[in-house]
Amino acid sequence: MKVRLVDIAHARSGDKGDTANVGVIALKREWYPLLARELTERRVADHFQGVISGSVQRYELPNLNALNFLLHGALDGGGTLSLKTDAQGKVFSTALLRMALDVPDEEARRLGLPTVT
Amino acid sequence: MKQVVRVAAGQGFWGDWLEAPRRQVEGGPIDYLMLDYLAEVTMSILQKQKERDPRMGYARDFVGAIESVLPAITERGVRVIANAGGVNPGACAESIRDLAASHGAAGRVRIGVVTGDDLLPRLDDLIARGHTLANMDTGEPLSRVRDRVLSANAYIGSTPIVEALRRDAQVVVTGRSTDTALTMAPLRFEFGWAADDWNRLAAGIVAGHIIECGAQCSGGNCLLDWRDIPDLANVGYPVVNAHPDGTFEISKHPGTGGRISVPTITEQLVYEMGDPHSYITPDVVADFTTIQLEDAGPDRVRVFGIGGRPPTDKLKVSIAYRAGFKAVGTLVYAWPDALEKARLADRVLRERLARLGLTFDKMLTEFLGASATHGPLAEASGDLPEVQLRFGVRGEDRRAVERFTREIAPLVLNGPPSVTGFAGGRPKVEEIVAYWPALIDKTEVRTAVEVIA
Repeated sequence: MKVRLVDIAHARSGDKGDTANVGVIALKREWYPLLARELTERRVADHFQGVISGSVQRYELPNLNALNFLLHGALDGGGTLSLKTDAQGKVFSTALLRMALDVPDEEARRLGLPTVT
Repeated sequence: MKQVVRVAAGQGFWGDWLEAPRRQVEGGPIDYLMLDYLAEVTMSILQKQKERDPRMGYARDFVGAIESVLPAITERGVRVIANAGGVNPGACAESIRDLAASHGAAGRVRIGVVTGDDLLPRLDDLIARGHTLANMDTGEPLSRVRDRVLSANAYIGSTPIVEALRRDAQVVVTGRSTDTALTMAPLRFEFGWAADDWNRLAAGIVAGHIIECGAQCSGGNCLLDWRDIPDLANVGYPVVNAHPDGTFEISKHPGTGGRISVPTITEQLVYEMGDPHSYITPDVVADFTTIQLEDAGPDRVRVFGIGGRPPTDKLKVSIAYRAGFKAVGTLVYAWPDALEKARLADRVLRERLARLGLTFDKMLTEFLGASATHGPLAEASGDLPEVQLRFGVRGEDRRAVERFTREIAPLVLNGPPSVTGFAGGRPKVEEIVAYWPALIDKTEVRTAVEVIA
């Protein structure tokens, strides 16, 4: 089943130089392990292909049911150098939430995930 | 010893809500008002102001903020801690002293001034003695841009603020203190936390991180359930209610809008986060993977379990340098085929710039309404009602950037049709002041505290 990330998580993003960070937070504690399994560095890097020029680093915060992603080369130099509207990476949060996950039907039912058909 | 100390956040950056400091002082009981004014490039703006007028170089909004809370803070004994001093904390303190005098409180407001963060006068000496101040992102030595440096300030920690409080300052003015030290220092002072009480110091830092962006932890910019966050027009700014053991609750004043919940606090905790295991400050390294949050009633969240460890032997240095020029021009194209028209305008503009022989370090085209913020991830579809073409250039040559600004308006008559939204006139050329993060040995930075009244 297809699960939209925007239906199972919320997020906030910010900047540090030319790096954007996106913190993704599971809406329910029991959904965090699914996020931790599916949202790999590779998966997120693929998602942002053509949007960022650098690599993706991931950190886990199970205490907050959250993952923190560093998206390098995301901000056209960052800070005052950047010509981008979103020079401070404020809306990379919802850009990440555009992702959809493929979750086995049985698991989606067990976790009570909101699904799309 | 007090069992609870209340630190209220009244500004999250220079430009934040002017009403917030007064609302924090008058809306309920607090012990400290914390005002954070400094972003990464603010110091360079202030340095430019100081060059023009040696009495300037601090956040002028701070004077208005203090005026809005006088005499309430003197009557209630609320103490104020702010990094409003910028590159001229002494002048900032004097303007507060004069303000107090003009409100009939001459000599009754003790003002602590923290200095020592400003490394600009010592920069050549430091470089000569082998401190490369290499850029933390690129590794390049500062010598590469030395002649373009505008300001250089070490991020300093809580110790001098604690000292100012010990010497009975009611208002403490600092330069480039870390944002989080402004909250942690009064807790360390009130509870007598030792300089190596890593867990409690880390708790103070986490409290600081949660409230340093003002309402961004109390319903502002909150994505989750944003439609249902009550009364944002009347949003309450956060208050830390801290205890001697390092636990604390985040709350806001009764009768205010916004929301404080585990999700709103979590969103703020991950904001601008790097490696959560190592949130490095001059005082302590806090481990954000230890933070526990718990609902503690309406608009109240309890925070506990925080772990910390000793800091490094370095301080971060915020250096600002001149890095060329930029300009951004915009035009709006309307239905039908708005995006196609904007795309054609972009091609025409680029061709004209090329024929003029203008070269830039960077040209960037964005189509607002279609793909500006999410790029190829966006699914702009259908015939959009309007699209804004946003075209930016940056480069070392001011004349080239200037010439570019003359190429936007002509497109209104000699480019694609259905174009509007150019009333703002020619784009402005802006000098870029860029940020150069570096490290310096802690032993090189000596802070000082002076108290005036």
